Amino acid sequence: MPAGFYFGIEVFLNGLMAGVMYSLVALGFVLIFKASGIFNYAQGVMALFAALTLVGLQNGQVPFAHLINAIFGTEVHHFGWHLPVFFAILLTLGVMVLFAFLVEKLILKHLVNQEPIILFMACIGLAYFMEGFGDLMWGSEIKKLDVGIPQGGNFWIEEVTSGLGGDGFYGFYLDTLDIYATVIAALLVISLVLFSQYTKTGRALRAVADDHQAALSVGISLRAIWVIVWTIAGFVALVAGIMWGSKSGVQFSLSLIALKALPVLMLGGFTSIPGAIVGGLIIGVGEKMFEFLIGVPFLGGATENWFAYMLALMFLVFRPQGLFGEKIIERV
Amino acid sequence: MLYREAGVFKTSYAKDQETFPIPFDKAGYFLALIVAFGVIPFLVNDYWANAILLPFLIYAIAAIGLNILTGYCGQVSLGSGGFMAVGAYATYKLMTAFPDLNMIIVILLAGLVTAFVGVLFGLPSLRIKGFYLAVATLAAQFFLVWLFNKIPWFYNYSASGQISAPERVVLGFEVTGANAQPAVIYLFCLCFTVALAWVARNLTRSNTGRKWMAIRDMDIAAEIIGVNPLMAKLSAFAVSSFYIGVAGALLFSVYLGAAEVGEAFGIQKSFLVLFMVIIGGLGSIFGSFAGAAFMVLFPVLLKNVMVGQLGWATDIAAHFEFIIVGALIIIFLIVEPHGLAALWRIAKEKLRLWPFPH
Amino acid sequence: MNAVETFTTPDGRTIGGPVMEMRNITLRFGGVVAIKDISFDIREGEIRAIIGPNGAGKSSMLNVINGFYHPQEGEVFDHGKKRAPMRPYQIAHQGIARTFQNIALFKGMSTLDNIMTGRLTHMKSGILSHILWKGKAENEEVVNREKVERIIDFLEIQTIRKTPVGRLPYGLQKRVELGRALAAEPKLLLLDEPMAGMNVEEKEDMSRFILDVNDEFGTTIALIEHDMGVVMDIADRVVVMDYGKKIGDGTPDEVRSNQDVIDAYLGVAHD
Repeated sequence: MPAGFYFGIEVFLNGLMAGVMYSLVALGFVLIFKASGIFNYAQGVMALFAALTLVGLQNGQVPFAHLINAIFGTEVHHFGWHLPVFFAILLTLGVMVLFAFLVEKLILKHLVNQEPIILFMACIGLAYFMEGFGDLMWGSEIKKLDVGIPQGGNFWIEEVTSGLGGDGFYGFYLDTLDIYATVIAALLVISLVLFSQYTKTGRALRAVADDHQAALSVGISLRAIWVIVWTIAGFVALVAGIMWGSKSGVQFSLSLIALKALPVLMLGGFTSIPGAIVGGLIIGVGEKMFEFLIGVPFLGGATENWFAYMLALMFLVFRPQGLFGEKIIERV
Repeated sequence: MLYREAGVFKTSYAKDQETFPIPFDKAGYFLALIVAFGVIPFLVNDYWANAILLPFLIYAIAAIGLNILTGYCGQVSLGSGGFMAVGAYATYKLMTAFPDLNMIIVILLAGLVTAFVGVLFGLPSLRIKGFYLAVATLAAQFFLVWLFNKIPWFYNYSASGQISAPERVVLGFEVTGANAQPAVIYLFCLCFTVALAWVARNLTRSNTGRKWMAIRDMDIAAEIIGVNPLMAKLSAFAVSSFYIGVAGALLFSVYLGAAEVGEAFGIQKSFLVLFMVIIGGLGSIFGSFAGAAFMVLFPVLLKNVMVGQLGWATDIAAHFEFIIVGALIIIFLIVEPHGLAALWRIAKEKLRLWPFPH
Repeated sequence: MNAVETFTTPDGRTIGGPVMEMRNITLRFGGVVAIKDISFDIREGEIRAIIGPNGAGKSSMLNVINGFYHPQEGEVFDHGKKRAPMRPYQIAHQGIARTFQNIALFKGMSTLDNIMTGRLTHMKSGILSHILWKGKAENEEVVNREKVERIIDFLEIQTIRKTPVGRLPYGLQKRVELGRALAAEPKLLLLDEPMAGMNVEEKEDMSRFILDVNDEFGTTIALIEHDMGVVMDIADRVVVMDYGKKIGDGTPDEVRSNQDVIDAYLGVAHD
């Protein structure tokens, strides 16, 4: 086998890993959409915000330091402590719970029964708000996030596979972080499935997803459910934020990468958790392979910017409900 | 009693359907036009033209365009930035390929090119709806920006990858290039804005507009009463893209003078125009103007207060801009989905009674 | 078929040949059979009722007539000619208008604009003339506005002319929807439960409008209605459906004495 073939496989594997990351964000979208019919555009910014908060807490940053300094002429920046990762993550979770509560209280409650497209635009507003708020709270410079997950190429895999492709090939280069991410994502999905199948809250969640009115009539509190769902979505955002943040630093572009979860959902269907996973993998592999096979050789590269969207667009024209969505029967 | 619509009786349907059915409104709009054409050109200086007036006029065109698609036809687009880029690059290619072509024709042609591209990306709208379509328009946004960035033909193989507008003259006055006078380019843009706003008003009150609104309010019922959904949606995409293309053409050639696609026409532009439409008022031409005015004036104001008066760093002002704009979007969607235009209508109702409480 | 076959109703109206004829229509959604081998016709100038229990396939039948659903088997004949498969908007241009079981008005538009949309199959000016407004577009607008105003007078909804329909009470919305369908001056008017959810007074009003439309404009009407009293009063002929099948067809009196119909309505168990 020529080395090129193994490079192709390496690209494929890296695509799979990138796809896992997309799936992680997409998962948050699906959860909220199933429970409330809201297409939460802000999910990506939530991941960014969670990562920012985690870094800030870990490093003992003073929230709103820049603003405080600007108003009072002080020079405060740090509390001078470093929190252990575990506590920082717990505290960040607390912040996300508070956030979920506020979103329900201040926004969702007032937008019940609005058209989906209005809710969608409200989420765009929310994304904007959080972007500014996160930056104001923690500062907008690029931050390094380290929660102790090892990074860099995995030597073991590289050595084991180095013999495959002859002289030009030095073994598969896979980032250890990506491997961890894959395992964590798998665990996350399994626990979410267990949660929704075997707990009372999970059953209530599925009831709400099926029919709001019917769920209300058997005494399920819609508002409590929304808080729970947004909390879980906040948790998923935190996990995604940790993974993305550890990989490429905590910065604004994180929320743009997270936008790619949208085409993932269009492929996988908005209501299907397996769809989000498979869609993420297809997009991840698809864009890496397209760039490798066509983008770099023929189109000048950087096709990853649009490939996912174009693929989703093409796909939707032929199958509007996505891979796993149910067929929509229109009636009047 | 400041604003009255009582005592206005129409004796024919034609009168009832004219542009401004209420004489008070008519007088107000004519006054605004007189000020815009007769007074401002003599007062305008570089700062006012560049910081406020030109962006306002140009973005008003883009906002009307997006409002036709989103507010009137109900199809949300996040691709405005990409379509503005099409208008800008079409202008650049036309200006450099045909140096003698009149600038007005160049800009209108650029609009037509954008309309064509808009129709192409509007084709999927027949199959996909709502936020599915919104995400699909992101494909247009990212693809177009990539295209203009990667294909050197579009920027005439310039080393910087930028496009810059050569000097062009309309009726003996320079409208592009470094020597163009603020009053001249202000009037140049104003003519486009006024003409296009008038056309938009005509379209939206006619059968075309009713078809768009029917699709927006209930697409299945619209089809059953005889609206061809493909034609209605594509015509909305075409007209909307034409407006956005003209706005992109003016933004590049007259206002910026030089542009780099990712910076000038990135996804932030798409959101900017969408926010103008939401804050101004979905389905209102007046709202498009109000929204454009707000989104242009607000950052200037915020910067003046926070940086100029309080002496804060510019990045804090920028963060506050995000926070306030985001919050306003949510507040408007909750309290008044029809935006500033609806607030204006309510104010008029209050003024009708003023100064008497009942 | 015999197109000149006509007869006169007891109240003196002339009923012509079939304008619309269903032949052996079968409609399935996946494995569910919504309509099973149904044939009937609608004659010019008559009021034809379709009745039956919930889920009998009545609305699906109207959806087949106006092209929203395409039956897997069977044909629709329009004035004796087989109708090619068409999109709903093309069928609207053939002169078929309808109202909906759950009101399908354009909520963001005024009463006037809603009824004006009903005129669009009659408006020919294109987008280019709309851009300039003056001239062709404006004239057409005025001419059609006059027709719409006549309908507004007829339905007695002058006072809500410029009110957004989303703000109107249910009964008035039903009336505006009828107005929109009438504005199309249809050859065939399909009414899907025009009196659902109305009180007695509103039902009487609506019955009067339906009879007047039929009488004054000679419009052929096919309607679905649950209120048997109303149906027996205003319909010339009645089709009875149950579980997607036709179980009766004839004048109100004939249908009333049909044993299958009585069974269906009294709830005899199906085996």
